[in-house]
Amino acid sequence: MNTQTNISKWQYGWLVTLRFLIGWHLLYEGIFKFLKPEWSSYGFLDGSQWVLAGVADWITSSSAVLNVVDQLNTWGLIAIGLGLILGLFTRAAAIAGAILLGLYYLFYPPLVGLTPSAPMEGNYLIVNKNLIEAAMLALIAVSPAARMYGLDSLFARKVTS
Amino acid sequence: MTQDKKTDHTEGLGRRSMLKALAGIPVLGALGFETFRKFNYDAQNDSRKQIIRELGLEDLAASVRKVTNTQGDLIRLGMVGWGLRGPQLAQALGFNERAAFEQKLAQQASNGNNALKSQMEHGNFNVAITGICDVFDQHAEKGLAIAQHDIFTGGDIARKNPVKRYRHYQDMLADPAIDAVIIATPDHHHAQMSIDAAKAGKHVYCEKAPIHREDEIQPLYDAVTNSGVVYQMGHQIPQNAVFQQAREIIKRGLLGKISQIETTTNRNFRHGAWIRHLTDDGLPKPGDAQSIDWGQWLGKAPKVPFSIRRFYSWARYFDYDTGLFGQLFSHEFDAVNQLLKLGIPSQVTASGGQYFYTEFGDIPDVLHTAFEYADYGTTLTYSANLTSAKRRPRTIYGRDASMTVGENLTVTPDRQSERYAGLLEKGLVDPSRPMLQISKGAKLTDATDAVTSASVQYYASRGLTSTYIDGIEWNVVSLHLKNWLDCIRHGGKPSSNIDMAYQEAIVLAMADISYREQCRTAWDAQNRKIVRL
Repeated sequence: MNTQTNISKWQYGWLVTLRFLIGWHLLYEGIFKFLKPEWSSYGFLDGSQWVLAGVADWITSSSAVLNVVDQLNTWGLIAIGLGLILGLFTRAAAIAGAILLGLYYLFYPPLVGLTPSAPMEGNYLIVNKNLIEAAMLALIAVSPAARMYGLDSLFARKVTS
Repeated sequence: MTQDKKTDHTEGLGRRSMLKALAGIPVLGALGFETFRKFNYDAQNDSRKQIIRELGLEDLAASVRKVTNTQGDLIRLGMVGWGLRGPQLAQALGFNERAAFEQKLAQQASNGNNALKSQMEHGNFNVAITGICDVFDQHAEKGLAIAQHDIFTGGDIARKNPVKRYRHYQDMLADPAIDAVIIATPDHHHAQMSIDAAKAGKHVYCEKAPIHREDEIQPLYDAVTNSGVVYQMGHQIPQNAVFQQAREIIKRGLLGKISQIETTTNRNFRHGAWIRHLTDDGLPKPGDAQSIDWGQWLGKAPKVPFSIRRFYSWARYFDYDTGLFGQLFSHEFDAVNQLLKLGIPSQVTASGGQYFYTEFGDIPDVLHTAFEYADYGTTLTYSANLTSAKRRPRTIYGRDASMTVGENLTVTPDRQSERYAGLLEKGLVDPSRPMLQISKGAKLTDATDAVTSASVQYYASRGLTSTYIDGIEWNVVSLHLKNWLDCIRHGGKPSSNIDMAYQEAIVLAMADISYREQCRTAWDAQNRKIVRL
């Protein structure tokens, strides 16, 4: 509770807004994949470059592994998105989200000499939107204020009383 | 009073905290509502569904033949020829050398491929391989090992139905313990063995091509039709689900008047040009005059001294084969004939040459052939090249749309089509891309798992390897064998029956003569003869 006093109302408000926005984005990504059973991460992983290219190859070489990865990804996104929007286990959700987005980044980092296999909607060098979103989730994870407008605050109150 | 005031205050705080804690709920509600709206909108405006509705193809999937589970009584098979194709056919029936099977099963388990497991579950057609015949001892022994191990019971079938080796196929045909034969020898034996089998009352599954030479066509047809045995030619494509849907689309006239059919072969590796007598290390493969009954292998072909090159790379010699025509165009013709019922062409012209693989043999490696169908008002072309792997799809050109059909199927509207003018104008369909696309598998990876060699890739791209029916992946060769077995047990005509084989035999002979004798050929229907023009 002490840290809350160090933060202005605006900062507080925008942190919570950010949490809702990222939660919305990830939850919809998860729901979309769930509602489209024909969706597969194959296309994404198939073009992977840099350090995780070998991992991507391993995943795509077997439909069984690919299926597990697809399921984990879909349900991971749904769980993280729900956590962020509802403010439930917010810190865990934010950390998990940051890791997941970090992985997406590492499968396709916009580094010098790597050419994306699919056209992108912008131009990136080292930094891209996945990396920024991952960093924002890291910020949310370390900011107690971002957890306030959420179900976690009920548990916090119970413990202190 | 003070007590009451305090309570009000904390209650107010509690309510506010509670509201704050639930701030995510309206966000979640908004997301849920918008998602519902979006998926609803997309479903109503799904252009693929709209196109399918406009084309009247909502029931297209119903045109795929169901795979029925009709096992019936045991059928005892005799198999002639255990070179390359024999073991593949045995495998399609569930017979595999034990060690090779176990290794393959483990390999498939580690990379998530379910093909063998699926075959173990669905592919038992209740047959036993009780007869083995091959002129080469080593191949016959391999055949014995394969026939003794089935993937369903681990060898019980062979224990109950012992396997016997025959030195000569005539001995096998004379044995009442054989119900049906599978012929996978070089092409110059196909017709004679099929004729002898039919006369002996054995059902026949014979690899393509049905004949080698013109004079075998009528005797084969007469022998099979007079005997009443079930004859199936080794073309698996009619069993492909994608292909059955293609047939339905054509039947409904969605392509308009068909003016040209283009079939092709493109491959670029020595094995694909039938240079097969050397191992990967460049050494001659096993076999010599002692272990191979060379006289029986030659049969009616010209007498020449034993040659390991001829024994393994026989498809390069006109003495035993018709090269590209019998080996690969035969599949193309069957595909087209199953789709369009073209039958026998009015005229055939072939040209080409042996320009690259000139070391031995006499078959061409670049070949172009035009088959005119004057009555039908269309031309079938076959363009083959054994020195370039650039793929060209099998394409059917109609006035309203063109179709490519192989492993996948596409239908693309024609820019000038009258039939689709309305759809083109609305922008619902576009001549630069397919308006209909049917892919083989559920997920992309299922198709790529099985692809290993250049040869396998070639066959997969032509729709000759596997297919999905009711969610089960089937080897199309298994289904083709099953189609034959079902007809033996329950009657009916198999897909590549003797009438189809008769037409194909004439077409192949017309093309072969046109190339070798450098003339145009025509079919004299009255006298049932090929005419040189």
